[in-house]
Amino acid sequence: MKNQSATNNSRDNGLSFPLIIAEARRFGRFLLSELKPKGRILTPFNVVAAVVLTVGAIVLILRFAKGLGASTNLSQDFPWGIWIGFDVITGVAFAGGAYVVTFMVYILRLEKYHPIVRMTVLNGFLAYVFYAGALLFDLGRPWNVINPIIGNSFGVSSVMFLVAWHFMLYMIAEFIEFSPAVAEWLGWKRVRKFLGGLTLGAVILGITLSTLHQSGLGALFLMAKSKIHPLWYTEFIPILFFVSSIFAGLSMVIIEGTISQKVFRHQISPASHASHDDIVLGLAKVCAGTMYVYFFLKLLVFLHGQQWTYINTPMGYWFLVEVIGFVLIPVRLFTQAARFRNLTLIRTAAILALIGIVLNRLNVSIIAYKWYALERYIPSWMEIAVTAAVVVAEILVLRWVVNRMPILRDSPAWAGEESYRPKKKRYLIKEGEEQTWVTNT
Amino acid sequence: MITLGTAASSVAVGETARAEESEERKEFVGVLVDTTRCIGCRSCEMACAEAHGFPEPPTDDHILEHERQPSTTQWSVINRFMTTKGEVFAKRQCMHCAQPACASACLTKAMLKTEDGPVIWREDKCMGCRFCMISCPFDVPKFEYESPIPKIQKCNLCWERLQEGEQPACVEACPAEAIKFGKRKDLLEEAQALISKNPDDYVHHIYGETEAGGTSYLYLSAVPFEQIGFRTDLDPTPYPELSKDYLYAVPIVLTLWPAFLLALSNATKKEHEEPISNEQFPR
Repeated sequence: MKNQSATNNSRDNGLSFPLIIAEARRFGRFLLSELKPKGRILTPFNVVAAVVLTVGAIVLILRFAKGLGASTNLSQDFPWGIWIGFDVITGVAFAGGAYVVTFMVYILRLEKYHPIVRMTVLNGFLAYVFYAGALLFDLGRPWNVINPIIGNSFGVSSVMFLVAWHFMLYMIAEFIEFSPAVAEWLGWKRVRKFLGGLTLGAVILGITLSTLHQSGLGALFLMAKSKIHPLWYTEFIPILFFVSSIFAGLSMVIIEGTISQKVFRHQISPASHASHDDIVLGLAKVCAGTMYVYFFLKLLVFLHGQQWTYINTPMGYWFLVEVIGFVLIPVRLFTQAARFRNLTLIRTAAILALIGIVLNRLNVSIIAYKWYALERYIPSWMEIAVTAAVVVAEILVLRWVVNRMPILRDSPAWAGEESYRPKKKRYLIKEGEEQTWVTNT
Repeated sequence: MITLGTAASSVAVGETARAEESEERKEFVGVLVDTTRCIGCRSCEMACAEAHGFPEPPTDDHILEHERQPSTTQWSVINRFMTTKGEVFAKRQCMHCAQPACASACLTKAMLKTEDGPVIWREDKCMGCRFCMISCPFDVPKFEYESPIPKIQKCNLCWERLQEGEQPACVEACPAEAIKFGKRKDLLEEAQALISKNPDDYVHHIYGETEAGGTSYLYLSAVPFEQIGFRTDLDPTPYPELSKDYLYAVPIVLTLWPAFLLALSNATKKEHEEPISNEQFPR
C-alpha cells in the first residue's frame, strides 16, 4: 500500500530537475525504511540465527587466514567435503523446484500453480546465490574465480566450466523471472511492464540451463570412474541427477510451502491459502511420477551393470537403504497420499524424498567416493557451522524479501492491469466447523 | 546468452578434436622406469627437491616401511615393496597422461598438457576447485591445505629444465640407470625390446602403454604391477572420453530445448489470450 501511494504522486508527473531531486530523496527514505527490520527483533529464531551467523563468520575468517586445512577435514584423498557435496551439489538439487514450477506455469500454462511461482523462484534464486555462492569458501584461490568468466583462459573441455557458466547465467535468468516483484515493491510501473515481458524468455533459458547444470553436477563425477563404488558410478549419473532434481525440487517446494503457509499466514489471501492444498496434491503427483521414472532408471542401471554381486556387502546394504528406504518408500507414500488426498502423508513422503536426495548426493560425492580408503572423511564442526550459517543467511534474506515484496501476498492492483484474468474459481475454506466459499475475483 | 553457450560448447567439441590432431603431429617426451634396476637409493628424490626448491626429503630409510604418496613438498617418491621376487623399489610421481583427466577437468586451463608432453600447473590461472584431484585416476595432484594462498603441487616432468635442453632432474641423478628420458615412442619400443630379449626377467606388460589411454611415464617390472602399488583396474580409454559424450550432448540440448519449450509454450496458449502474466496472484 505504501509504495502505491508513493508512486501515484510522482510517477505520472512530468519530470523537472527539482522533482527528480525530491523523487530521489523520497526513494532514499523509502529504501532506508524498508531496510529496517519489521516485527520484533529478539525472537528465539533471530537469537539462534545471530549465534549461527557469528560462529560461521568467525570460522570463515579462520578459513581465509589459515587455509582450508585449518577449518575443514579435507585431505589429499578427499578433496571435496560437505561444502561441495552438501552445500552445492545437494543445495542445487533442492533448488530445482524453480525450473519445474516455471515450466508448469509458463510453458504448460497450468494456472493452478501460479500462486507458488514467485516464492519458488525467489527460493531458487536465493538458493543459488547462497549455496553456489558458498562455493567461494571452498575455492582455494577464489580471487581467480573470474578467470573462466573473463575469457583469459576458457577450459571449455571441462564439465566444471559448463557448471560455472550455467550457475551464473541461471542466477541472472532467475533474477529476471523474479524482478517484476521488485518493480512492484518499488512501484516502478513502466519497469514492471518491461520486466514482465522478459519472463517467458528467462523461463525458457532457465529451464534449458537447469537441464544442463543439474545433470552437469552429476557429470562432474564421470571421470572419477575408478574411485566411486560401482553401485553408484554409471555413465547415467547426469541423467539420474537431472531426473532426481525434479522431485527433489518439488519436495522442497512442498515443505517450504507448508512452512510459509504457517509463518507468513497473514500475508496470504484466503483464496490463495485455500488453493494451496490443491497445489500440494498436484505437486505430489508429479513427484510420484518422476520418482517412479528415477527408480526404474536406477533399477535399469543396476541390472544392466550386473551389479547384484555387490549387494551382499556393507556398501550394498547402504545402497539398498538409499534406494528402497528413501526412493521406493517415499514414492509409494506419494502415490497413496495423492490418491487419498492425505496432506500429512505427502509431507512425510517429501521429507523422506529429500533425505534420499541428501543420501544420494553425499554418496556419489563423499561416501561411495573412495569407498576403499582406510581413512574416511568426516566433516569438522567448523564445516557444519559454515553450512548452517549459509542456510540461516538464506532464510533471513528470504524472510526480508517476503515481508516487503509481493511474493506470497497479491500484487498491487496496478500490476494486473495488462494481465489477463483467469476464470473465476471458487474455493471452499474450512475453519473448524465453519465453511465459507471464497471466489478469486 | 543461448548463442554464447552454444558457441562455448561447440568450441569445446572443436578443441578436443584439435588436441587429438596435435598429438599425432608431435611426439610426446616420456620417462621409462625399469623397476628391476632401481636400487632404492632415492637420489631422484633429492634431485627433485633440489630442482624445485623443496626441503630436503628425509634420508632415514625407516620411511620406506610405509607406502608413500607424492606430497605437496615432494613431487616424486620411492616406495619399497616386498614382492614374490623379493624387494622391489618403484618411483611414484605424475604419470603425464597423453590425454590427462586433470587438464580436461580444469576450467581455467591452469592444468595444461604442453605440446611436448609434460602436464604442468599454472599458478596465475588456478582457482583451487580441486576438480583435477577428483578426476585424476592416479591421485597425483596435491593441494596445500595449510596455506591461505594454496597451490596444486605435482611433478611437471621438469618442464623448465626441458626448455633449457636439459633432462629431468631425477633422470640425471639416477646412478643405476633405472630411469631413462626420451621420446615416448622410442621408450616404448625400447621397453618392448627389453621384454622380448629377456622374457623371464619382466612381466609382459608395460605399465603406462595403455593405462588411462597411455601415459608418458612407462614402467617395466619383474612382478605383476599390483604388487608394486599400481592400480591395474584402470580403463584403457583416455579419461576425458568419459565425460565427452555428456559434453557433446550440451550443444544439442542448448539448441533444441529452447526451440521445443517455445513451441510448447505457444501450443498451450489459448485463443485470443493476452500475454501470460507475472503477477503473483492473478485476479
